Amino acid sequence: MKNVMLITRRELAAFLKSPMGYIIVAAVLCIDGLLFNAYALGGRAKLSSEVLELFFYFSSGTTMIASVFLSMRLIAEEKQTGTLALLYTSPVRDYEIVLGKFLSAFIFFALMTLMTVYMPLLIFVNGKVSLGHIAGGYLGLLLLGGASLAIGLFGSAVAKNQLVAVVITASMVVAMLLLWLVARVTEEPIRDVLSYMALHGKHFLNFQRGILHSRDVIFYLSLIYVFLLLTSHVLSARRWR
Amino acid sequence: MISAQGLTKFYGDKCAVQDLSFDIAQGEVVGILGLNGAGKTTTLRILASLLLPSTGTVTIDGVEVTQDPHAIRQKVGFLPEEPPLYREMTVEAYLRFAAGLRGMTGARTVERLDRVCEETNITDVRGDVIANLSHGYRQRVGIAQAMIHEPPVLILDEPISGLDPVQIVEMRELIRGLRGRHTMLVSSHILPEISQTCDRILVIQDGSIVATGTEEQLTEGLASVRRLVLHVRGEEAAVRGAVEGVDGVSGCKVLHAGDVVQLLVTTDEDVREALSKAVVGAGLGLLSQMPAEPELESIFIQLTSGRAKEVA
Repeated sequence: MKNVMLITRRELAAFLKSPMGYIIVAAVLCIDGLLFNAYALGGRAKLSSEVLELFFYFSSGTTMIASVFLSMRLIAEEKQTGTLALLYTSPVRDYEIVLGKFLSAFIFFALMTLMTVYMPLLIFVNGKVSLGHIAGGYLGLLLLGGASLAIGLFGSAVAKNQLVAVVITASMVVAMLLLWLVARVTEEPIRDVLSYMALHGKHFLNFQRGILHSRDVIFYLSLIYVFLLLTSHVLSARRWR
Repeated sequence: MISAQGLTKFYGDKCAVQDLSFDIAQGEVVGILGLNGAGKTTTLRILASLLLPSTGTVTIDGVEVTQDPHAIRQKVGFLPEEPPLYREMTVEAYLRFAAGLRGMTGARTVERLDRVCEETNITDVRGDVIANLSHGYRQRVGIAQAMIHEPPVLILDEPISGLDPVQIVEMRELIRGLRGRHTMLVSSHILPEISQTCDRILVIQDGSIVATGTEEQLTEGLASVRRLVLHVRGEEAAVRGAVEGVDGVSGCKVLHAGDVVQLLVTTDEDVREALSKAVVGAGLGLLSQMPAEPELESIFIQLTSGRAKEVA
């Protein structure tokens, strides 16, 4: 665990020192704010819970996009600059490298997501929503972000450079996102499988509505686990190439 | 200390290293010499457990690389051709990170940090951001990270690559200074560097070892094929006649004709003494006789042009 924390701290410092980190945070806060103001608060009169639901719906989109960009550099950059050799020739397990990198990106992402909390709180000015709904929605955002970051980490591990990492990750996220559409044109039992596998679809909908269901939590945690495991195997396989 | 047996590495269908076997004793400084693409870097990467071999075994200090790579990494310090530096970090933060990865903590880290900074002469840039350092300093920081955990084995891949002449001299001194405390493997394609810093040379060509030995052993074993440049005062025809009449001379080419004739003489054996006698005996003035290339360079050209033989 010591190695994981060591790598996490270094990566987090790298995020805070790179302009890219700040650009992503600024873009997310700006887009979230605009969408919240224009579509969640604006338009026809809505219930407070509807406004909150819309906020989480829009935020889930920026969450996935931000995760793609936050994760692109994690391993691909080390391959480009040759610094992966330091980690590979140190007594550090591959899974420790993966966990350290994932945790750093997740902490940065979580801090960024928490910066949007003023928007749901604004609802209290003219309305009323339950704190449980807010907490549930944010848990959903964190899980969705975590899953997207895990997919991104895998993309970064298989890609030769950051640009390719973005393309691979974005393709995988979009493919998993659109599974619910594919599910609609298929029949049972494939429909259920595809529907369950969809990254956003029915799993995030519950969080968006403030409903906490263990099935949804387990889905995102499983996704994180599977992609971190795959990334660890990709790193191990590189030694055999 | 280091034993490689039947080491082979394939990249897809391409064989980068083929059936390499060698032993390196504790405290020895061994140079790996070869042209670009000869298999030096692959060999060193396997020894540093950065890559795993396709077949064959590598044992370092009694531990087999594929069996316990984790233990190997504690025993080896590795400087790749491109130093693995995080450019946004300061030198001190980077070395602390490298020390932490090697399981070092507290007082030992502080003590080793001071020591390696002093040894690699980077104390004055400890607080500097790596991105702002010159290439020479970056190379030194790369060596510092490799030796921060005091490994018994140091592997340096092209440590003088890209350095200016002053930096080369400094790096040579640094490597010499590490002698005795580490078993070292240093790769280079620059011949004088290898001969000046290493006890023994291992010549690699097309992924195979074509010769091993000290510079003297290599010279002795391959002294039969030489190219000499002679400067002789006298008539061109007389000079040629005297030189070509010596047994063992296989070729004679006039490079410059005039009062003083300059000749490039190719010989099958060491005929320097006989050449001198023949030229002087013919009443000609022998002004100089010297190898056409530096000794080691001549050997290297022979070894890598298919005239290899096991010397030691």
